[in-house]
Amino acid sequence: MTAKTATAAQTTSASGLVSVIAIAALGLGVIFVAGHVQAATLHDAAHDVRHATGFPCH
Amino acid sequence: MFVTPPASPATEPVFTRLLTSALFAGAAAGLIIALLQLFFVQPVLLHAELYEGGELVHFGSDSNVTATPELPGFDAVRDGLSIVFTMLIYSGYAMVLVALMSLAETRGAAINARTGLIWGVAGFVAVHLAPGFTLAPEVPGVAAADVYERQVWWFATVLTAAIAMWLIAFSRNWAGWGAAVVLLLAPHVIGAPEPEVFTGPVPTEIGALFASRALGIGLAAWVMLGAFAGFFWSRESEAAGQTQTA
Repeated sequence: MTAKTATAAQTTSASGLVSVIAIAALGLGVIFVAGHVQAATLHDAAHDVRHATGFPCH
Repeated sequence: MFVTPPASPATEPVFTRLLTSALFAGAAAGLIIALLQLFFVQPVLLHAELYEGGELVHFGSDSNVTATPELPGFDAVRDGLSIVFTMLIYSGYAMVLVALMSLAETRGAAINARTGLIWGVAGFVAVHLAPGFTLAPEVPGVAAADVYERQVWWFATVLTAAIAMWLIAFSRNWAGWGAAVVLLLAPHVIGAPEPEVFTGPVPTEIGALFASRALGIGLAAWVMLGAFAGFFWSRESEAAGQTQTA
């Protein structure tokens, strides 16, 4: 791996930024599916939480 | 098959540390919030559903409906699903929060449980107070505009408020703070999708209590989420730092 030749700091910041973006995207995906997708089954299962959390519902 | 885990989190990549912190914070805060919601918000919601379904009607000349009707009790499936989804949603929020915290940390911000409290309050403003200022948390059975249009407005408002919170925290000049004010005001000046007529059968007393409770629990949720996220992230970073210097 060529990454091993880079300095530790460079490796950390480069892989770090990718990780930060990845985890944020994953989090947004979870919020979207659990809180906003209107598919009937999901909506019914999450109905009370969506109301209590202030998400637009129905 | 049991394999001994790595001796130190330092051997874990950044992604794993972010995910670990977020899941711990999200699960812990989510579980507490789910219980608070079941106790304080769910009865108000169930009360509203009696009006939504037409079992209770409060308008008319003989409007002497009891304000304290018999409500359905704990429902294992329905409330169990609520607990699972609350933990999921707050884990999702925690992932975004920890990602932003680690980004701020690389720019010199101190991240720990104590500063996490402020992150939590900012998060509450971004995802609860800002959208709720115009689209109040709605109880079942109220009149509302098309759900898709409200979702678009909701996401736009949360995004602009989150950027505004970041600018207020990390800007060092008036241009940044001015932009934050514009971003905070714009969605409300433009206005949210509103229903064309009011048809909601739910008493205003129930709707008002629901909105207050939802916002109050939202603040408690985010203060906890921020503190937990700050705590777990700083613990993971500390462990990683110690091994690097060792």
